[in-house]
Amino acid sequence: MFNYLEYVREENFPHIWCSGCGDGIVLKALIRAMEATGMSRDEAVMVSGIGCSSRTPGYVDINTLHTTHGRAIPFATGVKHANPGLKVIVVTGDGDATAIGGNHFIHAARRNIDLTVLLYNNYIYGMTGGQCSPTTPIGYKASTAQFGNIEPTFNISGLAIAAGASFVARADVYNAKQCEKMIGLALEKKGFSLVEILTPCPTAFGRRNKMASPVKLMEWLRDHVVSGAKWEKLSEEDREGKIRSGILIDVDKPEYTEEYKKLTEKLRAV
Amino acid sequence: MGKDNFPNVRMMQGNQACAEGALAAGCRFFAGYPITPSSEIAEHLSVALPRAGGKFIQMEDEIAAMGATIGASLTGLKSLTATSGPGFSLKQENIGYACMTEVPCVIINVMRGGPSTGMPTLPAQMDVQQARWGTHGDHSIIVLVAATAQDAYEQTIRAFNLAEKYMTPVILLLDEIVGHTTEKVVIPDASKIELIDRKKPDVPPEEYKPYAETEDLIPVLANFGTGYKYNVTGLCHNETGFPINDNAMIEKLIVRLTKKIVSNRDDIISNRTMSLDDAEIGIFAYGSVARSAQSAVTRCRAEGIKVGLLEPTVLWPFPKDEVLEMAKKVKAIIVPEMNLGQMAREVELASRCEAPILKLGRVDGNPILPDQIVKMVKEVV
Repeated sequence: MFNYLEYVREENFPHIWCSGCGDGIVLKALIRAMEATGMSRDEAVMVSGIGCSSRTPGYVDINTLHTTHGRAIPFATGVKHANPGLKVIVVTGDGDATAIGGNHFIHAARRNIDLTVLLYNNYIYGMTGGQCSPTTPIGYKASTAQFGNIEPTFNISGLAIAAGASFVARADVYNAKQCEKMIGLALEKKGFSLVEILTPCPTAFGRRNKMASPVKLMEWLRDHVVSGAKWEKLSEEDREGKIRSGILIDVDKPEYTEEYKKLTEKLRAV
Repeated sequence: MGKDNFPNVRMMQGNQACAEGALAAGCRFFAGYPITPSSEIAEHLSVALPRAGGKFIQMEDEIAAMGATIGASLTGLKSLTATSGPGFSLKQENIGYACMTEVPCVIINVMRGGPSTGMPTLPAQMDVQQARWGTHGDHSIIVLVAATAQDAYEQTIRAFNLAEKYMTPVILLLDEIVGHTTEKVVIPDASKIELIDRKKPDVPPEEYKPYAETEDLIPVLANFGTGYKYNVTGLCHNETGFPINDNAMIEKLIVRLTKKIVSNRDDIISNRTMSLDDAEIGIFAYGSVARSAQSAVTRCRAEGIKVGLLEPTVLWPFPKDEVLEMAKKVKAIIVPEMNLGQMAREVELASRCEAPILKLGRVDGNPILPDQIVKMVKEVV
C-alpha cells in the first residue's frame, strides 16, 4: 500500500474539509503524482490563496505558503522567478483563481512561467457558505443566487488555453486515477500548466441543488464527464451537456524563467 | 575637471538613487507596475538587476507586484517594490500579509496628490497616515522618509537593513519633488556600507519552528528550498506557522507583532535637527518640505528670530519623545506639510498641550516654499 504519511503533516489531521468533499481525493492524487515524479520535497513549494482548496498546503510536508484571496499565483511567480530551481505548485479554486484572482491567472498563463496550477472547481464558494461563483451553472442555486444563477459561466480551461498556457488538462475526482495522471503530466511540464479538477461540494452546492448526498454529486460527475478518447467518438448532439476531460492542450513554448536566464547571461557576457 | 576626479559623486534623480541604494543594499528582486511618479525606479532596475544577476519582473498589477515581492523574499532574496498613491492603496492587503507573516521587504511610495487618481505628476505628502494604517488590522510598521536624492540612496539601504533586522515590511516615502529632482549624490565606498541580513536557523530542520519564541521577539524564517520545510499563512498562527483558534495564542502573536517594533523604537527612529537648542518656535517638517523649513530657519535666524527644526527621517514609529521635548521648550510648533495636517495631528498628540500646534497645509500640488513658513513664523512671533 502507498505510504501517504511520508508526504503529509500528520499532526494537522483530521482535515477541515466536510464529509463528501472531493478535496481529499485530489490531495491523495497529488501526493501519488508527486511521488511518481520523484521530486525533492525540500525543493517543492506549494502556494495557495483562500478557500477550501487553498487549505491543501497545510497538509503536505513541503515548503508551503497560504496567501491572500486570489493572489497565490503572484506569490508563486515571485518564488519561481527568484529561485527557478524550485518546483512551484499552486492550489486554488474557481472563485480564488477566476474571480478575485482572474487577472493573475491569465497573465501567468500568458507569461508561461513554470507553475503547476491545480484548480479545484466545485462550482461554488464553499468556505464562505455557498455563494455563487464564476462557474456556478445557469439556473443553479447559491446563497447569493437563491432564485437560480442568471450569469453565464467561465470555461476555465478554455480561458487558460486562450491566455497562452502550455499545458491544460481537465480531470474530476470520480476518475481519480485519471486525475492523478493529469497532475503528474502537469508537474512534469515546463511552462504554465493547469489541471482543472471538478470536485463535489455537497455542503454548499449539492444541498441547494437537490444533490445533498455526496454520492449524487459523484454520480453527476460520472454521467457528465467524458474523457478525451470517448469524447472524440461522440456526435455533436451527444456532446451536449457533457464535459470533456483529459489533455486539452500540450505545446512547447519558451518558458519565462528560462528566457530571463538567457537574457541575463547575454547581458553579463558583454 | 571631469567626473573621473570625483568617482564617488553622481548626479541622480531621487528615484534613481532609490534604485542604486537598493542595489547597494543587496536587493536582488524587484516586482513592480508602472505608475507616475515612481516608474523610474522600475525602469532603472529593469536594466541594473539582470546585469547584477538579480531578478526584475513587471507584474500585471500592483497587488501582484506586492505578492511577488513577498514570495521572492521567502526564497532569501532581498526584495523591493515601488509605487505611488493609487498603487500603494492596492498593495495594502499584501503589506498586511507581510506584517502578519513577518516577511522582510521594502515598499517605496513616491507620493503624489490624491485622493483617487488625484495629481499624478504633482507632489504631495498625503500618504503618511496610509503608510501607518493602510492595511487592516492591528499591526506596527516602519516608515522612513527621504528629503533629498542622497537621502533616497541612504534611506533605501536603511529600509532593507531594518526589514531584515526586524522581519517586517518597511515603507520608504518620497514625495514627487524628491523622486524627480536630479541632484548630487555621494556614493559611499561599498566596504563602508553596513548591511544587515536576516537571521538564519541555527537548529536542524527537524527541530525548526519558524515562529518559535525568541528573546528579541523576531522570528527566524528559513529560505524556501534549504531543507527547512514549514508553513506560512496570513491566518493567526502558532509557532510552527499553522493556523490556530486559541485566543491566548492569538493575543500573544498580535501583541508581539507590535511589540517587536515599538520596543525597538530607539533603534529605529532617527531625526535631524537644526538650531533647536535655544529655539522659541519649533518647526516639524519632513521630506522635501524639510528643505524649505531649513531655508526658513536660516532666514529667520539671520533676522534674529529663534526658530529651530525637528526633521524626522523615520515617521513611524513616531518620534513622540522628541516632539514632547521640543514642545516643552518652544512657544509654538509649526507643522508645514503637503496635506491637510496628517502629521500635525500626531505632533498635537505627542506634545500633550505643552505648545500650540499650527498647521501649514498645502494641497494644491505646489511645494511649500520657505516664504510661507517664514511668514507664519513672523505671525506667531
